[in-house]
Amino acid sequence: MNYSDPVVYVAGLGVISAIGNNVPETLAAFSNQQPGMGDITMLDTIHRTQLPVAEVKLNNHELAGLGGMQPTQPRTALLSMVAAREALSDAGISNIDQLRTGFISANTTGGMDLSENFFSEFRKDHKAGNLHDVINHECGTVTDLVADALGVHHYISTISTACSSSANAIFFGARLIRHNMLDLVIAGGTDALTKFTINGFNTLMILDKEFCKPFDENRKGLNLGEGAGYVVLVSEKLLKGLKKKPYATLSGYANTNDAYHQTASSPEGTGSWLAMTGALKRSGLSTGDIDYINLHGTGTQNNDVAEGTAIQRLFAPVFPYMSSTKSFTGHTLGASGSIEAVFSCLAIEHGIIYPNLRFSTQMKELSFMPETKYLSNQPVNHVMSNSFGFGGNCSSLIFSKAGI
Amino acid sequence: MFIRALASISPQHTFGADELPSEIVTYHTNRLACIEPDYKAWVDLKMIRRMSRIIKMGVAAASLCLKNAGLEVPDAIVTGSAYGCLEDTGIFLNRMIEFNEEMLNPTAFIQSTHNTVAAQIALSVKCYGYNNTFVHRGFSFESALMDGIMLLKDNDANNVLVGAADEITDISFAILRRFGIYREQEVSNLQLIGEPARGTIAGEGAAFFLLTKEGSPNDCATLDAIHCFYKPDGVEEITSEIDSFLRAQSLAAADMDLVINGQNGDLANDSIYKQLNTMMFAQTPVTQYKHLCGEYPTSSAFALWYATTLIKNGNTGFGAGIDTLSSKPRKILIYNHYKNIHHSLFLVSAC
Repeated sequence: MNYSDPVVYVAGLGVISAIGNNVPETLAAFSNQQPGMGDITMLDTIHRTQLPVAEVKLNNHELAGLGGMQPTQPRTALLSMVAAREALSDAGISNIDQLRTGFISANTTGGMDLSENFFSEFRKDHKAGNLHDVINHECGTVTDLVADALGVHHYISTISTACSSSANAIFFGARLIRHNMLDLVIAGGTDALTKFTINGFNTLMILDKEFCKPFDENRKGLNLGEGAGYVVLVSEKLLKGLKKKPYATLSGYANTNDAYHQTASSPEGTGSWLAMTGALKRSGLSTGDIDYINLHGTGTQNNDVAEGTAIQRLFAPVFPYMSSTKSFTGHTLGASGSIEAVFSCLAIEHGIIYPNLRFSTQMKELSFMPETKYLSNQPVNHVMSNSFGFGGNCSSLIFSKAGI
Repeated sequence: MFIRALASISPQHTFGADELPSEIVTYHTNRLACIEPDYKAWVDLKMIRRMSRIIKMGVAAASLCLKNAGLEVPDAIVTGSAYGCLEDTGIFLNRMIEFNEEMLNPTAFIQSTHNTVAAQIALSVKCYGYNNTFVHRGFSFESALMDGIMLLKDNDANNVLVGAADEITDISFAILRRFGIYREQEVSNLQLIGEPARGTIAGEGAAFFLLTKEGSPNDCATLDAIHCFYKPDGVEEITSEIDSFLRAQSLAAADMDLVINGQNGDLANDSIYKQLNTMMFAQTPVTQYKHLCGEYPTSSAFALWYATTLIKNGNTGFGAGIDTLSSKPRKILIYNHYKNIHHSLFLVSAC
């Protein structure tokens, strides 16, 4: 590995989730310790009032208006456009046409929200169902819709590795810049709540009927959420032409596989340990350099013990601050890696440690606890962000203050 | 990069074939289905019953590719799939609506995620390395290859297993047919391209490749370059993309021994290829592949299998039907577009 590799900078951030429709609203929700969970209001499902979810508080018409899209497009695309546009405008780059610009977006649900409507007619009669509801079913189509709306055509791709999808999108984008194939990449992911995913996770019996309690001994599962998050990654050369201080560099990243089970993590967190170790090695940092870990921390029995065990093995006896921001946003699946990447960059920019809400009892397997208070004015130079998913896909990213 | 080994499951007798099969399997249909192997030799017996077709096809093609490479565990696994696991998605969606969200079984949901094929390969060989899945329509396989090539260039892996898998199901066929993608009438695959009309025939397949940075005496071919471009303005822009792709390799169209293109028998789709055939490739042998495997977004993986096999073993089997092609082609250009949205180029050479 060559540590003199080209540096990739984060020059813009955009995020929408249950706790805010943009970066300022999100930061306010964190400082007010205001989580985004509540009853299901957007979807017509029998799980209304039974299962809490973390919905974005705008309907499709409002989202479409905000992003300049059509309200008949998949909600996954509508969310994506709002956050991608915020990130691009935050970076202050308007001439993407003259640059080698890429859009690398991840999602797991594609246009499933609309396919569900189509299917209720189609399954009774294969000639029935409105084709407009399935034309954007594929994950890649969601990316194409947003790329077209943003005006990106040079390089476009979509990644889907379950809950680690958008972490992988960010570091694939960074590698395209390092290989001098692109100057600028809008990278991240998006996922809307759908009946398909709510029912899927419900059959796995890993949804908490209360608000989730990540890393708590008495945790009972996750809450599903929705949203989108994007970072604008730029080369050093492009950064010099911008009137913008970068938020951070992407200093480390690794993608590994747990190779244990299609949905469960190995108890010792082999894949998680390999991902964190690999990201540290890539960054040239040691465990003592990490100021904060944004945990994958879904709140399921299985994830938190696997992730925690791997962290313990790697970091003990001295642990950095840690928290799961899924205690605010719920688990946004394919969007979670990039939403949390945005949070990680904001932690560096503003010197914040986010609280892990609703934590009360330390896990008996672990010798550490997550941070429960909102801390500001902290020196935060290096943040690790974990994203682990079905299929054993594990990814860790490390963001570092630029110029360190 | 070197292609050390490859394997393909397709509507032709490609699985386990070292050379191009001697006969083209002929069909009279608008939907080609894969000729599937006996999975017992390739997939964990306990899993065969539970896995959907796309997962079995992907795992079996990957296993044979690794076996051909003489490798137990690759350093990395990267796959592409435009549609993902449609069968399991359809099963879960149907039951969810039929039983009003009650009494659902998680198996179909678990296996519906797009990364299931790559995950099951990792699980079957205990590969803890890099694992990624691209799901970008006609760029899915191409993105996976780019990812794999970057891993090799960075020395993050000595070898990478890259592949693509897509399945057609009764549901997806019924829906895509309503979009007018396929011929309304059944058609002979041998006449698909020679007698163009509105629509093409549906296809599917799984193909895997073991790529390495260092050459070995057993390599099949080299993958010199790949390139994607999105929604080009017209034939001029396409010509210029192909021209600059070849020029970056210090080559011109005339240097190609063969062009394999993505003509699929649909009049609108094929007009681009036909213009190129009379302009840019007027002096170059040109052949097609979609009458062999049908149309699907990751069909370029089949085309890469075809090109690599032609280079490795010469112009035998059903390849011998290609006019004016030398018996040992050394440079093949693959050009495919998917719905005139996603265009891709591959350059494959003899070692």
